[in-house]
Amino acid sequence: MARTVTTQRKSLNTAIAWGIGLLIFFPVLWTILTSFKTEAEAIADPPVFLFFDWTLENYAVVQERSDYMRFLWNSVIIAGVSTLVGIVVAVPAAWSMAFVPSKRTKDVLLWMLSTKMLPAVGALYPIYLIFIELGLLDTRTGLVIVMMLINLPIIVWMLYTYFREIPGEILEAARMDGATLRSEIIHVLTPMAVPGIASTILLNFILAWNEAFWTLNLTAAQSGPLTAFIASYSSPEGLFYAKLSAASTMAIAPILILGWFSQKQLVRGLTFGAVK
Amino acid sequence: MATQHSRSAARVMLAPAVFLLLVWMLVPLTMTLYFSFKRYLPLRGGDQGWVGFDNYVRFVTSSAFWPSVQTTLLIVGGVLLITVILGVLLALLLDQPMWGQGIVRILVIAPFFVMPTVSALVWKNMFMDPVNGLFAHLWKFFGLAPIEWLSQASMLSIVLIVSWQWLPFATLILLTAIQSLDSEQLEAAEMDGANPLARFGHIILPHLSQAITIVILIQTIFLLSIFAEIFVTTQGSFGTRTLAYLIFQRVLESQNVGLGSAGGVYAIILANIVALFLMRIVGKNLDA
Repeated sequence: MARTVTTQRKSLNTAIAWGIGLLIFFPVLWTILTSFKTEAEAIADPPVFLFFDWTLENYAVVQERSDYMRFLWNSVIIAGVSTLVGIVVAVPAAWSMAFVPSKRTKDVLLWMLSTKMLPAVGALYPIYLIFIELGLLDTRTGLVIVMMLINLPIIVWMLYTYFREIPGEILEAARMDGATLRSEIIHVLTPMAVPGIASTILLNFILAWNEAFWTLNLTAAQSGPLTAFIASYSSPEGLFYAKLSAASTMAIAPILILGWFSQKQLVRGLTFGAVK
Repeated sequence: MATQHSRSAARVMLAPAVFLLLVWMLVPLTMTLYFSFKRYLPLRGGDQGWVGFDNYVRFVTSSAFWPSVQTTLLIVGGVLLITVILGVLLALLLDQPMWGQGIVRILVIAPFFVMPTVSALVWKNMFMDPVNGLFAHLWKFFGLAPIEWLSQASMLSIVLIVSWQWLPFATLILLTAIQSLDSEQLEAAEMDGANPLARFGHIILPHLSQAITIVILIQTIFLLSIFAEIFVTTQGSFGTRTLAYLIFQRVLESQNVGLGSAGGVYAIILANIVALFLMRIVGKNLDA
């Protein structure tokens, strides 16, 4: 039963919540606005908020000057391929733990979780060394491998929590009807699992896109994704606010849009099913 | 009932994931442990043999160690305090009836999806820059002298940036938890004359306690290893060198791999202590 509230109370809630919401969102908004200013307007004193000559010039300059497309492509490849490979490895694992649990399932799940907790700096030099030995330093392949491994525990866990919600009776019925393991997976399980798999892909793509420890330490000019591209603007000579803003807006826009679709999955994925 | 056949099939299906994660865990761990007992300087003489626990002792007795522990605790503690308290308040607010609730949620959650290098750079330049930053303009507007945020108030600045990134996470999880609260219980309390504060203290807060614990544990694990935010702002200067950043500098910048690896082992132990608590809660949930 919904509680009844007065219009007055609701108006007050609305005003406060919008005020706070806009305050929190402001840095993002300010970055987007600045990306459409000229460099002079970007550092105008006092700052201009909306009334300036809107220009797309910065976007053109950023793309031209710093090979933006290559970094973007690297981000897409690294986040996309690592997520897909992770899914291919994780789906069978999560399926088996959700539907054929054994005494050790819980231990395996918790152990997988514990690998996610290992601090990256603890593994930095070994990985760096292995990458040099195998010629993986500054390659997309190397980053795909690392990104897949660091997100694999989250992928398995998310899929596991989704699969566990699929009623087991349906599988029993399919087995009674003589379905083989293969057809059970293809015809019964897959259709029911697709939404969960899609959510998992979405969240892990976002996590991989934004990852900024391994991407900064294991890439240089060749395979750097957008995280590294933006970090290259931190040098003092790169201090052009409008261009920094344009580069930033291009780096975060796709993920902001994807992110808005993934609020629910975020909670499930990052709390390992402990908060629903 | 699982048959013998499906059991062995299940094992086969589980194997690749387990194998990959086992390799991912054991290989670096073994190598880090191995290096931590050696004097190993790749650029200055390479492997100079076993030194026992020398690196472990030197890491904790170096003058950079305790400040870095302090910095780490301040950042983790500060961010947790801000995000949990504001997160609870924001979650309570967002749970109230209002117009445009969906849009407000989107606005509040947005910072979580901004990549760390972008948020650090935007805050550093466009807000905290002592000449052109918005804060400088704001300070001047009130007739105050602008602050050099990242040098004069470096810790506060980092805590602010990181809190902005993690507040959405805390809010979203706490909001999810609040929404699972049985509203009849609240109504009953309301009818019994319990005031809002009592309702919060006796019903909402206890209900949220597990979600808060989880927010604290998960954030702690991620916050212990924040990197990009420091890398692109202060590079560890002005007292912002965390334990993780110190290890990064030892290993990659000064290429003292032995010493850095000993630090890495400390970091792993520290993270595991926190992880243990988290896993107990998550594990309990698995049984339910």
